[in-house]
Amino acid sequence: MTNIQKSGFQEAARKAFFQGGNGGQMQDTERVAVGALGLGLLILGLGGGAGRRLLVGGLGLGLTAVAVRGSNPLATAIKVEQNNAGQTLISEAVTVNKNAAELYAVWRDLDKLPNLMSHLQSVVVLSEKRSRWTVKAPLGSVSWEAEITADEPGKRLAWASLPGSSIDNNGEILFRPAPGGRGSEVVVRLKYRAPLGTAGVVAARIAGQEPAQQLRDDLMRFKREQELGFAPTTQGQSSGRTGSGRAGGAK
Amino acid sequence: MKAVLWQGTNHVSVETVPDPTLLLPSDAIVRVSSTAICGSDLHLLDGFIPSMEKGDILGHEFMGEVVEVGRDVKTLKVGDRVVIPFNIACGTCDYCQRGLFSACDNSNPNHRMAEALYGATSGGGLFGYSHLYGGYAGGQAQYVRVPFADVGGFKIETDLPDEQVLFLTDIFPTGYQAAENCNIVRGRDVVAVFGAGPVGQFAARSAQMLGAAKVIIVDRFPERLRLAAEAGIETINYEKEDVLIALKEATGGRGPDHVIDAVGLEAHGHGPGALLDTAQQKMKLTFDRITALRWAILSCAKGGTVSMPGVYGGLVDKLPLGAAFAKGLTFKMGQTHTHRYIRPLLAHIEAGDIDPSFVITHRAALADAPQLYKTFRDKHDGCIKVVLNPWGESAGEVKRA
Ligand SMILES: [Zn+2]
Ligand SMILES: [Zn+2]
Repeated sequence: MTNIQKSGFQEAARKAFFQGGNGGQMQDTERVAVGALGLGLLILGLGGGAGRRLLVGGLGLGLTAVAVRGSNPLATAIKVEQNNAGQTLISEAVTVNKNAAELYAVWRDLDKLPNLMSHLQSVVVLSEKRSRWTVKAPLGSVSWEAEITADEPGKRLAWASLPGSSIDNNGEILFRPAPGGRGSEVVVRLKYRAPLGTAGVVAARIAGQEPAQQLRDDLMRFKREQELGFAPTTQGQSSGRTGSGRAGGAK
Repeated sequence: MKAVLWQGTNHVSVETVPDPTLLLPSDAIVRVSSTAICGSDLHLLDGFIPSMEKGDILGHEFMGEVVEVGRDVKTLKVGDRVVIPFNIACGTCDYCQRGLFSACDNSNPNHRMAEALYGATSGGGLFGYSHLYGGYAGGQAQYVRVPFADVGGFKIETDLPDEQVLFLTDIFPTGYQAAENCNIVRGRDVVAVFGAGPVGQFAARSAQMLGAAKVIIVDRFPERLRLAAEAGIETINYEKEDVLIALKEATGGRGPDHVIDAVGLEAHGHGPGALLDTAQQKMKLTFDRITALRWAILSCAKGGTVSMPGVYGGLVDKLPLGAAFAKGLTFKMGQTHTHRYIRPLLAHIEAGDIDPSFVITHRAALADAPQLYKTFRDKHDGCIKVVLNPWGESAGEVKRA
């Protein structure tokens, strides 16, 4: 198989997983909400420290532009992908300097997943295929039952929430060797239905609480845990801020 | 301990802050014996680097003695005299293992911030250089925490004075990498260096060490040009002559085979945030400030290299890409993979090939840092490079020694 064919194949697999591509027309009410959110962030962004300004203000600018433009804007402007079924699609990937079998084994140990995923409170294995997942949410926690729908040792794991779950979601994680002996590529794809539609996703993303960002952070933490055995930090370092002894840290 | 703190644009101060402690088992604590102010610290002073916070400890060029090691530190022990690269690298990731230490995947805790600005994955952490680069406390202080101490602690086992080895932490390797990136053909290639600041000085002397047939340096400050001329480097004062014509003349009309932009871009951070909060003024400044890069591209000979050790942070405007394309130029740039160069360059210093202390114009106590940041920024008093002693007594007003 040539590279072109192969990547074409991979793209097709991705599309098949996400079925329906990225439609997601914005409703008028949603557009107003997103626009208001954007303006609010612009104003917020003008105050605060430089880093905050940079990120918050930038998002505000993007959202305002998005609301003004109106047509299928979120997908292109801040890359919130949705399919025709109204599900939000996210995918992330990271390359980890270890072999796929080792990494797969870490993930297959479902009840240890909360160690990898910071927002996961617990996973209780109920049977060979079934498990109960609990995640931290702004108001308490949310929990649902999931089923493993595919299990290819060393390569792939797929799951789906059972009908009637509070968060309708499914996903897969792929492990494949990275070219040139660079360890393994770990790819995660998730589909979920956000409580407040696209605006909910956007709001959560700005608050840094959206699954796409959590996933990015979790995969980086996973990579560092595997490669270093710890996460780098500046938490608790000396600085000239009041109440020093604590400073910096991931933010 | 005493430390130099960033307090906002154009404001640094020296204050007493808590001593650093080990935060991870792979950390070490170093008692700083000498530290320097770098040209890139001026970008922080000028407020052009986003994500600084009041109270951040500055400084990324420092050396000293190991006074404490975490339980996982294997190669260093208390009492070792070390120089510390300005970039922080894990030593384990694929980039570190390929020697691309400044691209370390794992050393920046704030990777999300950097990814938002630069896409893909972020570069590694830096000492004392904004939260975008990890928010690590810097080394213009009496003590500093050194993360990944086994990777970032380079022992100095000879009795060479601090002043001869201190610049292994940044400006010497940075100038050297810039020259190395030119792939100079010994005895044949002519190299032009734009900017005769500390990095430009080391780039020019490194080009000589790498066998350039002729090295030309471009600046406007006579004392900087004079310092380069002492080493047999030809000089062009761009305030006195037209750079492009002078370079043509100096190279028989061909242009230099390789050009090094050791000026960089003062105005950083042209992400959406910078657009928002600074509007036109800073933008205009930026467009002016890529003059050196523009000259470099326009003057370079066909098939040559444009090597860029000078720091760039965001977007640039009116880059003569057509000229670069027409001449088939190669661009090489990026933060220095400092770890790679420390041992080979130390060997050059030990062999007497170069004495890096030639750039030092000002020596003072840490307490004098606020005054010297300004002297250095304004290029007053012939200031080229400042070295601070964290344990010295302030002498009041500091003059060139
Ligand atoms: Zn520097
Ligand atoms: Zn690394």
